[in-house]
Amino acid sequence: MDATPHQVSAAAAPAWGRVRRSRQTADRALKVISTVFTLLGIAVLGWILVMLIVEGTRGLSLAVFTETTPGPGTEGGGIANAIVGSLVLTFLGIVVATPIGVLAGTYLAEYGRGSKLASMIRFVNDILLAAPSILIGLFVYTLMVQPMGGYSGWAGGVALAIIAIPVIVRTTEDMLRIVPGSLREAGAALGAPMSKVIIQISWRAARSGMVTGILLATARIAGETAPLLFTALNNNFWFSPDLMGGVSNLPVTIYQFALAPYENWRELAWAGALIITVSILALSVVARLLFRKEQAR
Amino acid sequence: MSQISVSAGGALGNARVADASAPARIAVRALNFYYGDFHSLKHISMDFFDRQVTALIGPSGCGKSTLLRTFNRIYSLYPEQRAEGEILLDGQNILSSSVDVNELRARVGMVFQKPTPFPMSIYDNIAFGIRLYEKLPKSELDGRIEEALRKAALWDEVKDKLRQSGMGLSGGQQQRLCIARTIAQKPEVILLDEPTSALDPISTGKIEELIEQLRSEFTIVIVTHNMQQAARISQFTAFMYLGELVEFGPTNKMFMNPSKKQTQDYITGRFG
Amino acid sequence: MAEHIVSSYDNDLQGLRRRITEMGGIAEKMLVDSIAALVRHDKGLAQSVITSDSRLDVLQREVEESAILTIARRQPLAVDLRETISAIRVSGDVERIGDLAKNIAKRALAIGEEFQPQKIVLGLQHMSDLVLGQLKDVLDAYAQQDTVRAVDVWRRDGAIDALYTSLFRELLTYMMEDPRNISFCTHLLFCAKNIERIGDHTTNIAETVHYLVLGENLAIDRPKNDRSIDAAVNVGA
Repeated sequence: MDATPHQVSAAAAPAWGRVRRSRQTADRALKVISTVFTLLGIAVLGWILVMLIVEGTRGLSLAVFTETTPGPGTEGGGIANAIVGSLVLTFLGIVVATPIGVLAGTYLAEYGRGSKLASMIRFVNDILLAAPSILIGLFVYTLMVQPMGGYSGWAGGVALAIIAIPVIVRTTEDMLRIVPGSLREAGAALGAPMSKVIIQISWRAARSGMVTGILLATARIAGETAPLLFTALNNNFWFSPDLMGGVSNLPVTIYQFALAPYENWRELAWAGALIITVSILALSVVARLLFRKEQAR
Repeated sequence: MSQISVSAGGALGNARVADASAPARIAVRALNFYYGDFHSLKHISMDFFDRQVTALIGPSGCGKSTLLRTFNRIYSLYPEQRAEGEILLDGQNILSSSVDVNELRARVGMVFQKPTPFPMSIYDNIAFGIRLYEKLPKSELDGRIEEALRKAALWDEVKDKLRQSGMGLSGGQQQRLCIARTIAQKPEVILLDEPTSALDPISTGKIEELIEQLRSEFTIVIVTHNMQQAARISQFTAFMYLGELVEFGPTNKMFMNPSKKQTQDYITGRFG
Repeated sequence: MAEHIVSSYDNDLQGLRRRITEMGGIAEKMLVDSIAALVRHDKGLAQSVITSDSRLDVLQREVEESAILTIARRQPLAVDLRETISAIRVSGDVERIGDLAKNIAKRALAIGEEFQPQKIVLGLQHMSDLVLGQLKDVLDAYAQQDTVRAVDVWRRDGAIDALYTSLFRELLTYMMEDPRNISFCTHLLFCAKNIERIGDHTTNIAETVHYLVLGENLAIDRPKNDRSIDAAVNVGA
């Protein structure tokens, strides 16, 4: 009450200046260094993007989306068959991977909590997540292509699915784990059996996260090249409706065209790369928006 | 100013007086509980009376929530937890394996510390519990949902937004939604695990008023850290310490003149 | 009794006890002095009794305010709640005792040097000695939370009532003998009544001590020997 402002500042004065100068310097240095390296990283990324946009837009034309890939030495042409092929393969992969991934993730988060089997599966899944994709291509080649006597879209779809599964398992498990245990208890306390609790409560609560995981897995497999090399291969024609024989697709087309001696092939490769990048970017943005919207609620 | 002969608290309103002549709804007999190797409830025996509010008090870790969680066997979600002894609900031992746990939980409802609205509409939150055990035509279901919301004193606040998500309500409203969800199932016993500890005083007051109303229909057991709350809303109070039941009696007696020194020390803030 | 986790809580309760002890001391002294002033016709002493009452009033108000604050801030329960409520009650009783002693002192001033029958004065003296004993005992019982002593005080009060009844009859006789006696007899009658009332307040405090310690009120009616009502009827008839 009777303390005047003057007294207050006089009493507080000795508390200042106790932080050592060297510590302040170290603090600032770390800030500067981390900022510089962040900018460096972004610069590389920006460089890639700029080059992609410049080169890609040059090759972009209506024909890219309407005509099939040109043969060696022929003028013009597009990559319509590769775009549609990629869509089909990715769709195939995600349709196979989603139920397996979601159910496996559900097992890990809900039923297998704390069990030995679950932690083993989790370990294997993590290895699969980091496995080189060429290995998966070889695996499916041995498993499907050789016995079936030829390359096929089916084999390509399976190879992509194997890459997508661990991603979906992981995100599903993580998202279900964030669902508070009290919500499950509340469901169980109403007398709901576990299956109802999982399907109607846990899944619903984790829905946006799980969908995000699936979208991210889609983005991941849309750009995969290595597993398709041994499975779906590639060609310059529209694929047959039974998906047997090679199925043309963007990543492998880019891989083949980019190294070709023909100018029009290289331009088409850049255009294809731009299309893939933009699609993946769009998928990621959608996934993020979806997730953020749900989290904000 | 000559003294009239009244016992402690006896002069309070009729509704507040503990009625030990009410039949015991839940009878706990020689109950022991284990978390793995940890013996967390030690030989508890006590009665919970019909249409009375019984408060369980005691310091953190004394076993009051554990005791509450045996009444609907919610602990059985966790494999390392187990109970031994008897808990008789209307004479039937609910710990026996012949009792269907989901059916038990429909008879013994529970409301948790943090509001737990399901990620669905207000309407569906309440319909969820009803649909589990009853197949009702839409009109009847609507009626049941309105009745539950009215009883939970939430109807006027949500009647125009039944289709909106339950997560959009305020904390106090969410908790009343959870109570509505529980009473919609028409249980016999309602368990409340610190239902107001995450709420502001106004919301707390509304929930307490609600508990007072619900007492005419349900047998209520409430765990609370707030001694004043136990004193306000319960007819019986049990004080637990280190997994043991130290004292159990009418609330008025427990808070004016407890028999055990431990109880006195705890409720007057003398615990070391 | 163990200490509270919050030590300032203990300080609050100790403050209540300390003030009540001080009030008790003042009230005892006021009673002794007022009777002495009456018996010895000591106007100075009577005056000092009258002035010391204000200190008692201040203390009583302090006890009440601090008890109400304790209830508002700490929501005491069980023994703490009983202690707080008891402090309010006891301080009220002691304050009333002070008022009654002050009233005796005022009457001592009013009677002045008038003749007083020795028998009556001795009777008053005896009665006040008994009451003073009760007052001391009950204040000790409060300080030590001694219910046995408190109940003893509560029982003893019957004797004072009996003494009051006999004094009452005696004074009536004096008044009937000579109307000139009526003035001082009335004053002495009120003094006797005041002492009897002080006795009643000591029993109130005894009941409070019993409640404070055991959490139960004394259940049965206190033995009463005040037959002055019958006496009045007899005279009127």
